[in-house]
Formats: sequence, structure tokens, C-alpha cells
Amino acid sequence: MTATKAADDVRVLVPAGVLGWGIRADEIDAGLAMAPHAIAVDAGSTDSGPAYLATGRTKYGRPSIKRDLSILMAARRRAGIPLLIGSCGTSGCDMAVDHTLEVVLEVAREQGDAPRIAVIYSEQNAADLKVRNAAGKVTPIAPSAAVTDADLDACTRIVALLGPEPYIAAVTEGADIVLGGRTTDTAVLAAVPLMQGADVAAAWHAAKVAECGGLCTVNPTSPGVMMSIGRDGFTVEPLSPQNSCTPETVSAHMLYENSDPFRLVEPGGVLDVTDAAYVALDERRVRVTGSRWETKPYTMKLEGAGGGPFQTIMLVGIEDPNVLTDVDSFVARMERGLRDRVTRTMGADADIDISLRPYGWNAVSGRRPVEGTPPPREIGLMFVATAPTQAMATEAARVCNPIFFHFPVREGNELPSYAFPFSPAEIERGQVFQFHLNHVVHVSSAFELARTRWIEAKPALRNAANA
Amino acid sequence: MPRLKEVCRYVRSKNAGPFWVTVDLFFDSPDNYAQYHADPAISAESIAAIYGVDAAYVKRFEVKSLNMVKISYPRTTPQGGVVERDMHSGQQFVPLLELQLRRNR
Repeated sequence: MTATKAADDVRVLVPAGVLGWGIRADEIDAGLAMAPHAIAVDAGSTDSGPAYLATGRTKYGRPSIKRDLSILMAARRRAGIPLLIGSCGTSGCDMAVDHTLEVVLEVAREQGDAPRIAVIYSEQNAADLKVRNAAGKVTPIAPSAAVTDADLDACTRIVALLGPEPYIAAVTEGADIVLGGRTTDTAVLAAVPLMQGADVAAAWHAAKVAECGGLCTVNPTSPGVMMSIGRDGFTVEPLSPQNSCTPETVSAHMLYENSDPFRLVEPGGVLDVTDAAYVALDERRVRVTGSRWETKPYTMKLEGAGGGPFQTIMLVGIEDPNVLTDVDSFVARMERGLRDRVTRTMGADADIDISLRPYGWNAVSGRRPVEGTPPPREIGLMFVATAPTQAMATEAARVCNPIFFHFPVREGNELPSYAFPFSPAEIERGQVFQFHLNHVVHVSSAFELARTRWIEAKPALRNAANA
Repeated sequence: MPRLKEVCRYVRSKNAGPFWVTVDLFFDSPDNYAQYHADPAISAESIAAIYGVDAAYVKRFEVKSLNMVKISYPRTTPQGGVVERDMHSGQQFVPLLELQLRRNR
């Protein structure tokens, strides 16, 4: 095993775990001094739940995305290297990719830059997937069952996770900036090393280690890392000279958010790190060797989400010791009282679900606390009405309001008043969104479900004159 | 016989995609890892019973180099949705802390 950085290493500057997180210009400067071959960053995830894919909304706000893009686009231009961004706009659906493209074009105008941009879309339509499913090309991932037409129809948006191939094609064809739709976190980082002939397993493993940016370092608040991939392994180090990677922080990162810490399924293969060795090169850098790549037929993971019913919520605080000595029976009786009230006022057929969540007692788990648990000092009792429309959910909250506010500890007692923090008491929370797909689609080519569009950004005239 | 929290320096849980939860048990020493990593209280069957899932789906990995055991199990409902209580499954480790391990020191 070589302990020095090989001259033919392919270096990728990973500025953060996600675009919009807060990239540090000083770290980018330090990274550029190491002469990277590309800058690559992931911009998406399903981690924050189904709302982002179902609505196309981005998790990070436009100002945060623009700020990070401004730093990265200036760095790209200065170094003359490609900038690759995967899973644009959180979900990587077409709308989110276009949102990112619009910000990129705005920054280009402001910087007097005229990059050649490749946009790779990966949103899919349900009708096409139904045909593929009927042909046996869509298969479930545990623990899900085979997909049905109804599952596909329930999705507002469906995306297929891209592999590195469309990115490699775009860079090969001269893209300065590649904006990808939904992509595996690793593929966007591994693309340029794979393109340049680095070891395949090392490229994927390095990408897995670097995909959350500083999370593989001693100080995760310092977001940037450099991955250097050679022919027999890779090296990872933080961009910040003050930060460091250790064999433990690097190897432990394979555990994070993975259901399997040793084998990672990617489009076209499986990364196996069971026998990987992690060695400190010095106090800041770790060299990793021994990862393996098993080629398999090309599959792309599908993600799909759609809208469900609507919710309206209310919250009261309760400090009354008479309630807190037996929270379970109080909540159970109140729930019955609220359901009766909904039935009497809105009708027995109304499709309304009422749920009470006593925060400070057992709202998080929903499990009954063990016998003998002492009473809490206070609880925050959340009321959630779920209904087919927002208006119905809010009507349910309004008819329940007097009972939620004044429910007595014992029947016949004088009516207490609990502590509402807000007026009006009810809050329209909006729609519930749900994931519907946990499947892969089998394709004959990495490009089959990808659509690439080329855009030449034009600099503003006055800037062009200065350039 | 100790409780799990008495032999681990850190226990955490997290969603691993919208359909899985993964729990990491970092033991506090190589000795305690050796003694308890295969304890029946943290077998796939025990974990399945605690979280109300089918034991056939529970994945279990022993990572000796980090003195840790990783256990992954499917969510009973996908992340998000009407009855979600813990979007990122970040609090799902808590019921394990008090687990009574069965092996003797």
C-alpha cells in the first residue's frame, strides 16, 4: 500500500454536503490551491420527507442557494474546471432543476460569466412507468411489494436516480456547469474520477465518504473536503487546514443513514467496503484501500411522492397537576369527547381523523410510558385534525376548540381553561404528503431515462465589455 | 447484568431513506463489545419485537473495528404521512437504552 498521494490522482473539491448549506469562501480558496480537477456537490435528498418531491419546493431558500452558487461559479471560472451539481433543488424534479438553472443564469449575468451549461433531467411520467412495469422492468426494494398503477397514479412527481454516465457525457462534451436532476449522492461526486480512469471502487467509496461534506471529519461544521482518487485507493482530507480526518471519522461515515454499512447499491453495480482499510497518512489525511466494485445490470432507483389529506392543528400548554397525575386517561377521555363533538356537529360520515399528541409525556413514541413514571411538570398537548380538505380540517378544529380548551379533569367538575399560545388557536398546516415508491427500474442504458439540454449563458453586455 | 446504556458510549437512530430506520450501538470498550455484541437482547428477533416489525427484514451488522453493532429495520409506515411522529426516526433509539442485557459479565 502506498502512503503518498500518487501524481495521477484525480481530485474533486466537495464544498459541502449540500448546496445551500453555507459554503465557505476561505475553504474554497484552500481547495483550489490543491489543483482539483472538478468541483462537485449534491443538492438534494429525501431526508427531510416527502413534501419536497411532492411539491417541487426546495428545502434551502433561494438566497442561500444563490450565495453558495456565487462562490462555486466564481471558483469554477477561476480554476477553469467543471462544476457538477446533483439532485438540484432538493428533490431533483424538473421544476427544482429549472429553479436552480434560473439562479445559475442570474449569477452568470452578475459575474459577467458565459458558461456552457448541461442540464440533465430525470423526472419520469407515470404512464411510461406503467408500461415498463407491465413488462416486468419495475421491481420492489424490501420491504415493499410490487408497484401498482394506483401507486404510480398517487404520485404527483416521480424521479429516477441518475448514475454518473450522463454527467461524464456532459463534461466530455464540454460542459462548464452540469445541473443534474435526481442523482445518487455518490454518482455526481464519482463522475469525473470515473471519467479520468481512476479506480472504480475507490471513486465510488470516496464519493460515499465525501457526500455529506464535513461529516467525515472531526469538525462537521467545517463543510468542505477534498477527495483524491488514484489507481489503488483514495485519500480524503478537509479543505480547512484547521480541520482533520481520522481513520475513525472516515470509516464511521459509512454507518450514517445507511441501512447496510458495507454494501451500497448504485446504478450499475454494488460498492463493497467490507475489507476496506483506513490508514492515517498524517494528522489530517486518511488513505483508504481495499474497497471493491461488483458490476451488475443497470437499475435506477425511483422516488415518487404525492399529496394526501389536509391537517389543521392546535396546541395548548397544561401545568394543572390534576391533569398531569394521569395524563393517559385524561388524553383518552378528551379524545373520545372530541370525536363525539365532531360526529354531532359534522355528521357521523365526515372523514375526519382526530389525534392528540401530549408532548412532554409520550407524543414522540406513542408508546405507553412504563408504570410508575412520575408526572411531568407540564405538557404541550397538540391536536391534529386530518380531513380531505383544508376547510374541513379547520372546521373540525373550530368545533373541537371549546372541548380542547376546557376539558374537565372529571365529569361534572368546573371547566378549566388551558394555555393557548396563539390567537386564532388553530393553524392550517397544509397538505400531508406521502412517499409511494420504493422500487427500481431496469434499463438497458444509463441514458435511457435521462434527458440532457444544453444552455449557453450569455453575459450581460456591460459585463462582457469589461471582460 | 447491565442495561444497554451502561455498556454503550453512544446510541443513535436515523432514517435510512424513507422506508428504513437504522440504529447504531457504539460500545464503550472492546471488552464490552466482545461481551455483549451478540447478546440475545439485541438480536434481530428482539429488535423486531420492540419495533413491531417482521424479524425476517431486520438487518444486523457487527463492526468490530468500531466496537459497534448496526441494526436496520423497516418503518411500519413510510417517512411522512398522516401519523408521523418522528420524521427522521432520530428518537427511535430511546427504547433500547433501558434494555436489560442477558449475558453475565
